[in-house]
Amino acid sequence: MEVTRPPFIYSDKELDEHEGQVVENLKAASQTPFPDPDKWLVEEAEKQGVFLTTVDAVINWGRSNSIYPAICFPACCAFEFIAAMGPRFDLSRFGMEILRASPRQADLMITAGTLTWKMAPNIRRIYDQMAEPKWVIAMGACAVSGGIFRSSYNVVPGYNRIIPVDVYLPGCPPRPEALIYAIRMLQAKIRKRANIGKD
Amino acid sequence: MTVALAAVDVQKKIEAKFPGTTSIEKNAILVKAESLLDVMSFLKKSPDLAFDYMTTITAVDYFDYFEVIYLLVSMEKNHGLTIKTRVFDREQPSLPSVISLWHSADYQEREIYDLMGISFKGHPNLKRIVLWPEFKGYPQRRDYLQ
Repeated sequence: MEVTRPPFIYSDKELDEHEGQVVENLKAASQTPFPDPDKWLVEEAEKQGVFLTTVDAVINWGRSNSIYPAICFPACCAFEFIAAMGPRFDLSRFGMEILRASPRQADLMITAGTLTWKMAPNIRRIYDQMAEPKWVIAMGACAVSGGIFRSSYNVVPGYNRIIPVDVYLPGCPPRPEALIYAIRMLQAKIRKRANIGKD
Repeated sequence: MTVALAAVDVQKKIEAKFPGTTSIEKNAILVKAESLLDVMSFLKKSPDLAFDYMTTITAVDYFDYFEVIYLLVSMEKNHGLTIKTRVFDREQPSLPSVISLWHSADYQEREIYDLMGISFKGHPNLKRIVLWPEFKGYPQRRDYLQ
């Protein structure tokens, strides 16, 4: 029996051009970095009432101690992250023992590695799929500023061109202790957040 | 271990069939670009050489010319050989594709086209492999500036 193959909806040329157009559009839109989302640290702290502060404290206690990272490891800093997850450094002491395979179940993105412009739309998509509230740690020199590849033709000079970053963690690569310190700083930041009465 | 053939011996065999097409550079054979496909076909089909596998194609930019290097291996005879060729046209460099002889040339020729800008005549699907199609320029060239 002869099997007739259905025609492809797109040719690979069309797919290539579509992919290239997405990259070009993102590159044109990402010429300036996102401002760091830390203004609310001061502003929100002044607005808080006594009752709201108590509820917020409970919510923030829960949130800061159950951060679930999404999988976003484009390059070599991932191995330091794996070491941090392992038995020696044991990240689960801080309430984040599970690495979520789906970004929809995660609320922290640890961007461990160099980002190329061709990968950038996918990182933006992972970030967009994460449910609010969500936070980002830029791990390593490449994630902070592009690192040694900053002047390359195909490397994004810092994740803050693509997504807003909460905590910057320098190092090439950072030690697992440094990553744990960055997560502790993020937890301190989450504990200052005002949730009630906020849009 | 794969034996590296003496380039001088192989060159004599090539010169007997295609006179004036090759020269020796260190332990490699430098082939003129216009007779590349003939020489490669001879190296593959000649029974005592029998280069049935091509491991690598790579390209170097020396400003005056591009040098494209082919590393050939014979699984049958367990020996290897290095072939080089040069392209002097910088505006529209082109070479004959060896994809009709070795299928492993497919992605490697596309990569050289993508990053070095050498187009391979006869390649059925010559388009950018790493970068996206709208990318301007060829970034592995020495004179590439962003």
